Amino acid sequence: MRKLALSDEILMKVEKPARYIGGEINSVMKNKNDISVRFAMCFPDVYEIGMSHLGIQILYDMFNRFEDTWCERVYSPWPDMDAIMREQQIPLFALESQDPIKDFDFLGITIQYEMCYTNILQVIDLAGIPLLAAERTWDDPIVIGGGPCAYNPEPIADFFDLFYIGEGETQYRALLDLYKDCKAKGMSRTDFLAEAGKLPGIYAPQLYEVTYHEDYTIAAFEPIREDIPRTITKELVHDVSNTYYPEKLVVPFIKCTQDRVVLEIQRGCIRGCRFCQAGQLYRPVRERDVEMLKDYAIKLLDNTGYEEISLSSLSSSDYSHLEELVNFLIEECRNKKVNISLPSLRIDAFSLDVMEKVQDIKKSSLTFAPEAGSQRLRNVINKGLTEEVILNGAKLAFEGGWNRVKLYFMLGLPTETEDDIKGIAELSNKIASTYYETVPKEKRNGKVQIVASTSFFIPKPFTPFQWASQNTKEQFIEKAYLTKRAVMDQLNQKSIKYNWHEADASVMEGILARGDRRIAPVIMSAYKKGCIFDAWGEYYKHDIWMETFAECGIDTSFYTTRERNLDEIFPWDFIDCGVTKEFLKKEWLKALDEDVTKNCKIQCNACGAARFGCGICFEPRNQKEDV
Amino acid sequence: MKLRVKFSKHGAIKFIGHLDVMRYFQKAIRRAGIDIAYTGGFSPHQIMSFAAPLGVGLESNGEYMDIEVNSLTSTQDTLERLNQQMAEGISVLEVKLLPDNAGNAMASVAAAKYTIHFREGYEPDFEYQARLAEFYQQEEIIVTKKTKKSESTFDMKPFIYDCHVAEDGSISLTVDASSSGNIKPSLVIQAFYEKNEKILNEIALMITREETYTNIGDDIQRNLVPLGAVGENF
Repeated sequence: MRKLALSDEILMKVEKPARYIGGEINSVMKNKNDISVRFAMCFPDVYEIGMSHLGIQILYDMFNRFEDTWCERVYSPWPDMDAIMREQQIPLFALESQDPIKDFDFLGITIQYEMCYTNILQVIDLAGIPLLAAERTWDDPIVIGGGPCAYNPEPIADFFDLFYIGEGETQYRALLDLYKDCKAKGMSRTDFLAEAGKLPGIYAPQLYEVTYHEDYTIAAFEPIREDIPRTITKELVHDVSNTYYPEKLVVPFIKCTQDRVVLEIQRGCIRGCRFCQAGQLYRPVRERDVEMLKDYAIKLLDNTGYEEISLSSLSSSDYSHLEELVNFLIEECRNKKVNISLPSLRIDAFSLDVMEKVQDIKKSSLTFAPEAGSQRLRNVINKGLTEEVILNGAKLAFEGGWNRVKLYFMLGLPTETEDDIKGIAELSNKIASTYYETVPKEKRNGKVQIVASTSFFIPKPFTPFQWASQNTKEQFIEKAYLTKRAVMDQLNQKSIKYNWHEADASVMEGILARGDRRIAPVIMSAYKKGCIFDAWGEYYKHDIWMETFAECGIDTSFYTTRERNLDEIFPWDFIDCGVTKEFLKKEWLKALDEDVTKNCKIQCNACGAARFGCGICFEPRNQKEDV
Repeated sequence: MKLRVKFSKHGAIKFIGHLDVMRYFQKAIRRAGIDIAYTGGFSPHQIMSFAAPLGVGLESNGEYMDIEVNSLTSTQDTLERLNQQMAEGISVLEVKLLPDNAGNAMASVAAAKYTIHFREGYEPDFEYQARLAEFYQQEEIIVTKKTKKSESTFDMKPFIYDCHVAEDGSISLTVDASSSGNIKPSLVIQAFYEKNEKILNEIALMITREETYTNIGDDIQRNLVPLGAVGENF
């Protein structure tokens, strides 16, 4: 049997010891003497969150198909275990072999949200690897980051040897071969990093230098060597139906956030909502072949034993073969007694029919994400959802027996006025009225329940709103109160429940999202003061963060409230995600003019992603207006 | 038709709690393609019941669960299929077909036998072998039971069916494990330590449940047999 890295005494003392023992069904064991590259794949958050991430499962499967490579998993030890490991000086280990991370060739870290940055330092630190990449030697693994936050790697560039920009399926084989080759030739670590930095999609931050203007905006961003590329173009999979996809998923013993088979049906999004980073980063839309998906659905259910399957993608309703796929799954799942968990679909006759088949109407609710309260502001953000569509969808659903509605909005969007905010309450009220008008008294199953939630808008790199000013914490809170008062003024206020998110963490996320290299010392200092698990409300220490910014002499408003000039060089401009800065600029100006842009299925808007030569850019356009 | 499945649990998997072991078996049964019966409704679930929950950190050679199936192959086939789907540390030891009148696993439990080893570095600092015999020979063993609201005392002696030191120095303990009188083995050892004016550190005990029993006699004349003994191979 495998020997565990932690003693029984420790494991009996901590919450959920299963987080640290590995040995799950479909986890991969190899003989370490037979392999030449050991890769530790990390999601820098607690096990139950990390295990729910599909991207890691895809890459874990891919790496372990390579005969010369053994990929293992590692997650952030929860604060109780973190304290014990520090006190007893136990090095962080990988779940499969239980061997120290320090012995690995690579430590790959997926960076899914900004609020995990101190957890990245926690993982590197507990592994016994120097926090600063510049201080590492061949005794340390190569620390490589990927995922959406790698599209602005600058705030954490000091902590990484390499970043992988784009989808992981394409360049890792070349990187591992280069690594083996450099090791065999006895090359220095720095030379290896320089060679790696020439591979498509790979960014070696130590080989670039930033100079600033007096106002701290960027004057220049240059490679320090001539043979290093000036721009890094993202990597992407051209044919998503003929690529790596796991037939097995690692099945955790303990209940995780995503406790089911997840089938990724497409990548990218045609919609172009102007606040959405994913919608720009993952262009162009590439759909998986429906026969492939059917095949994998069956295999994954058979190989995991999960009792539930869900579909994953942005805007799943836009997948061309959704109806065929869902009908297939309903049939299969009925036989296998498997539940189907639907992604949030556009509410129409089809989705209601499907929902009726797979869920208990009394227990399920409808979800709409208008994101803004007025049509004017929805035009600004290019959210092509109209009040008419929402009210028609709600009416249809109320007739079908539903009486619960969830609504998602954002506060603090560019150009927002008091009327837009009041619109949130008014739209909620109209939906409630629609219920009382549609369903006669004798057929009502109690009151209609409307839950309106608001989050605070955070401008993100590579979106048309990357130039926008973010609201202050005080503005956020004031707007949440305004929304609350507006809800109280509605006729149907008793049917409407209003929730809003914490403002502190939104400010922090905004700083990190559009941050530059000057932020790295702040992150390191906050970490050393005990900041970890910032994404967890109960552990987030806003005061310590703000105090640390002040100590480091950094004015946070530079990153948040400041509106950027159109010609400003952004820290992330050296990355080419396909969508051009020119296109984003045009979109930003259109937004200010309240002008909408049609989706990719209707018309090409020349965003730049077509040069990848794949996906929707090369499919016939659908001429009819379809929202 | 109801099957009684016996399994063992050793190694790292002892840190997986009872509810997660249930979830684990639900998935293993699906992977193994066992024709298990489901309840109706929007979220059908497998008809399955576990005999006696095993605490986190305990190992076992005698865990039981009952499952309802729609069709049968053979004991051999069912055993092999399940064992092909087990994680390291769990083995399926028996699969028996239960008679129609058999009570469900949980209600059938009467007693369990445990082996208790002392962890290295945590051995008792007193001569425990003879004192354990003395302890067990007492007329009554009064212990305090703490609940959230109150404290009460009760006599544990009638619920301990056997208690002796084995040749290798480990303690063998057979106690009531029924839903009405379930005795945790650590509670007995704790009482023993208290009697000797010692404090027990619970981490000192490495406990293995050896077998789970049902009583085919009556309350006065107990006849304990393993839970699996009431079924037949098929």
